[in-house]
Amino acid sequence: MANIISLDSLMAPVTPEAMREQLESSGCASSSCGSSDGPADMDPEVWAKVKDHPCYSEEAHHYFARMHVAVAPACNIQCNYCNRKYDCSNESRPGVVSEKLTPEQAMRKVVAVANAVPQFSVLGIAGPGDACYDWAKTKATFQEISARIPDVKLCLSTNGLALPDHVDEIMDMNIDHVTITINMVDPQIGVAIYPWIFYNHRRWFGLEASQILHERQMLGLEMLAERKILVKVNSVMIPGINDEHLIEVNRVVKAKGAFLHNIMPLISDPAHGTHFGLTGQRGPGAMELKELQDKLSGGANLMRHCRQCRADAVGMLGEDRGQEFNMDLLPEAVEYDPSKRTAYRAVVAEERGEHLAKKAEAAQTVAVSETDAKVLVAVATKGGGRINQHFGHATEFQVYEVSSAGISFSGHRKVEKYCEGGWGEDATLDSVIAALDGINIVLCAKIGDCPKDSLAAAGIVASHEYAYDWIEAGIAAWYAAAHPSAARLTA
Amino acid sequence: MAYKIVASQCTACGACEFECPNAAISTKKGTYVINASLCTECEGHYPAAQCAAVCPVADTCIPA
Repeated sequence: MANIISLDSLMAPVTPEAMREQLESSGCASSSCGSSDGPADMDPEVWAKVKDHPCYSEEAHHYFARMHVAVAPACNIQCNYCNRKYDCSNESRPGVVSEKLTPEQAMRKVVAVANAVPQFSVLGIAGPGDACYDWAKTKATFQEISARIPDVKLCLSTNGLALPDHVDEIMDMNIDHVTITINMVDPQIGVAIYPWIFYNHRRWFGLEASQILHERQMLGLEMLAERKILVKVNSVMIPGINDEHLIEVNRVVKAKGAFLHNIMPLISDPAHGTHFGLTGQRGPGAMELKELQDKLSGGANLMRHCRQCRADAVGMLGEDRGQEFNMDLLPEAVEYDPSKRTAYRAVVAEERGEHLAKKAEAAQTVAVSETDAKVLVAVATKGGGRINQHFGHATEFQVYEVSSAGISFSGHRKVEKYCEGGWGEDATLDSVIAALDGINIVLCAKIGDCPKDSLAAAGIVASHEYAYDWIEAGIAAWYAAAHPSAARLTA
Repeated sequence: MAYKIVASQCTACGACEFECPNAAISTKKGTYVINASLCTECEGHYPAAQCAAVCPVADTCIPA
């Protein structure tokens, strides 16, 4: 993934003009987290909390970056999708980290990132164990960092078992965002997901374990909602175990005040050594996931832009720059310098205004179409909300659904990069086409004739006609051209 | 009467350290060790040895 501001360029003074240029040409690395709703239909108090949080606002994730610090390795439950040997640098999934940090080391790392990554807005603690169970380390880290960088947003992720014990402190520390992983609201279903928990000084198994976990999760969710702390619920979709049940989970968590619901596909591979991986439990396909998400769109706002990032990820949602900030690369003492973050925020404020206006225009363009065709569009983007990546350079495509009802972010598809140093491998192209299952159109900054023909043979139209346009504007223009009634009415 | 930690299996998550009622567990060269002279196998505190009950890896906190 390209970075908005490279490390090299940080050696030189960075001007707002340079940042603007970067945003327009490449920019951020992902699109559309959480709620896609703008300020129009959102409580202003809530909007103020989410507008710069890449995981809670679809719009913010075009512009802002998060970092996780892996200070909380201890966990109090065992999940069948998790293997606690979490030390592989080549894997990207929750619970995996390369180095565990002490709170003091975490503070140094956060300051280094804040100085170097102007998009940095959110600091999260997501383990690699459980942030609420390993509370002493979580708390010490947040306290150190908010003393140094007061405007950084704090968030944490938890399985919920120890959550009710710390809600008051979460409130006192101004932690605005809490994610609870809730995979079931029926302990019978939990039995297949959680072999054991550690609670109240003993290990619990089976139904008892799931019953306790469920009660603690519901209590924690209610306590947070009462205090107006925004709660995102993560659910792992496990086909045959809780896939249908997640409709009920969605209903319950929404009723209890969850702000956002994020359904994540189970990651299951024997090589990861998880129980599910070793026993052949499969994860859902992209279209299966979408089908379930579509059934839930009337529930809590759905997050569709989750990248299931590592517990030590750094950068925009679609990228991970964690390796650039390993402890052995950092100086012993670092002073926080807010200049880059401040300059970047001013630039983003302007860009966002234009982006919102273009989005509104795009919605009008598609609204006048007389067709009721629903089309899935895959976009190659390096971020900044634009169609700005070469087809062959994409490691993921952002998927939008367009119909006369509007243009909405629907998810992303990870792919292997097709183009390596000017050459495209046919085998790789086949895997890219397989990953684009169900997609009708691909919009990118550039595509060669050969891959374009192969996509056409698979029934996928590819176009670089809308290169460097805003994503929504490009989609609307394509849709209007493909459905002439829309074009005529808006001309 | 004490527990020990099988260093080769320890993930160094540290849960045992803060669950131990005797403060018998500390880090040593990137892993955790139990000071046998302080360990009571949690007798008088809890029905089960806390380190073994919380440890995520089977057979890693075991009677010495």
